Amino acid sequence: MGATISLDYISHRYQAAGPNTLSGINNCIKPGELCALIGRSGCGKSTLLHMMAGLLIPSEGCVRINNQQVQKPSAKWNMMFQKASLYPWMSVKENAALGLLFAGVSPAQASEKIDGLLDMVGLHDRKDARVQSLSGGQQQRVALARSLATEPEVLLLDEPFSALDAFTRGALQEEVPLICRKLNITMVTVTHDIDEAITMADRVLIMSQNPGRIVDELSVDLPWPRRHMDHKFQHLRDELMQMFVQTETTSIQASDPSISKTVAA
Amino acid sequence: MTTASASLERNRANMPPLMGGVLWVANQLKYPVLGCLCLLVLWWFGGYLIRNDPDLSAFSAFAPGPTFSALYALILSGELVQTITSSLYRILIGLLWGVAIGVPVGVLIGYVGTAMKIANVPFQILRMISPLAWMPIAVLAFASWDAAIIFLIVMAAVWPIMFSTAHGVRKIDPNWFKVARNLGATGPQMLSRIILPAIMMDVVAGIRLAVGVAWVVLVPAEYLGVTSGLGYAINDARDTLSYDTLAAIVLVIGVIGYCLDWLCGLLVKRFNWHLED
Repeated sequence: MGATISLDYISHRYQAAGPNTLSGINNCIKPGELCALIGRSGCGKSTLLHMMAGLLIPSEGCVRINNQQVQKPSAKWNMMFQKASLYPWMSVKENAALGLLFAGVSPAQASEKIDGLLDMVGLHDRKDARVQSLSGGQQQRVALARSLATEPEVLLLDEPFSALDAFTRGALQEEVPLICRKLNITMVTVTHDIDEAITMADRVLIMSQNPGRIVDELSVDLPWPRRHMDHKFQHLRDELMQMFVQTETTSIQASDPSISKTVAA
Repeated sequence: MTTASASLERNRANMPPLMGGVLWVANQLKYPVLGCLCLLVLWWFGGYLIRNDPDLSAFSAFAPGPTFSALYALILSGELVQTITSSLYRILIGLLWGVAIGVPVGVLIGYVGTAMKIANVPFQILRMISPLAWMPIAVLAFASWDAAIIFLIVMAAVWPIMFSTAHGVRKIDPNWFKVARNLGATGPQMLSRIILPAIMMDVVAGIRLAVGVAWVVLVPAEYLGVTSGLGYAINDARDTLSYDTLAAIVLVIGVIGYCLDWLCGLLVKRFNWHLED
């Protein structure tokens, strides 16, 4: 079952005396919801995602998943990274089964489960292959199977498709939300690609920078699978782009009042 | 693949398996055999010069003929096997101690930056001391000659294993740790499933270097009071003026050293997880 993610008054700074990277983040992501965090590079969206994964503890506030405060990583809230980071001394199947083995599942039981997952991500015929012989897209599919194997309630995606070619990226952008919907997993993806956000999410959260805040959001009520050429898709893209530009302008004016005078003039 | 070996591969496909196998082995061995033959010719020529020099003719037993005769006699008497077994036993125990000390310490100084900063200078100083320089201390510190020799081998073997292990740990992709933590790995699981397999190749490469150094140190170390081993056999042959036996033992030391290195090379290949073409 998907989980509720509560972001409660989160602020964060990397150095005690340094500026805030994140400030006043307050939001709630519902069970099974597919959510995208969008913003410029350096606005703190990956930092926020790392907090949801328990890989980073906020300076102030907290992340709660199903009312349980996130203080360390867990197989129940799993993260996929930009790099697949597979272990080259293991086969595809061994890589995918790693989380299960860490959880104490017997190799026989893990094997049965992984076969099904590799089927789902389209890699059943490569299960004994060495991971270094796979393409970038196939490696991300193994990473996806590895993340799904532990039956997570939350799947966190840190721009995992950004290094892939356009065709593979498009395919995975379509497949991953479908899998999450099928398995009722709450998904949060971080991206700076507006099309990707609309393709994958039910709700897009827009972040400003210096410090990172959630300043706006957009509901995406489109049927699945989503087509880029669809009129509604393009309308939402324009709307999101406008919101994004508005956010940027507000953010710049806030950080430098002299610019707001120029804009007003 | 060269044109010659490519054509050989094509021919092999049309041959019966046994014939193809023989041809493959012959192709693999042709250069090493040629190199050994060159060495043999040089050795024979040196022996020839010594035999014909009146000042040196007493040492003519160093030539290939007498050496191989002595080697044959050593094999037949069973003496050689006993000698080799003693030396290999000391090397094995010394290496085991080297691994038991070198790998954990290597993991520690590779993983914990501060530990490396503290240990680097003293370890580099200790590493630069010739293992044989510890000989007087070893004789004083250990009750038996065997233990003293094994200590010298440990002092030779531990540094390459330790530094190679530390190097392996330092070059582990930090994302591997992050992913494993994210998947819920505990400390022992991180060590057994991530760190050790990732560094195994470097550990074995360190062992290979250690075997080379330890094998070189073994012979002078066995000059200490023991009555077995290849070093002792050389010393004994020199004292009894059995130069043919001495040359035979030298030959055996070289061949066994090569075989040990070859075995380590196979292990390095076994644990190498880099994709090779």
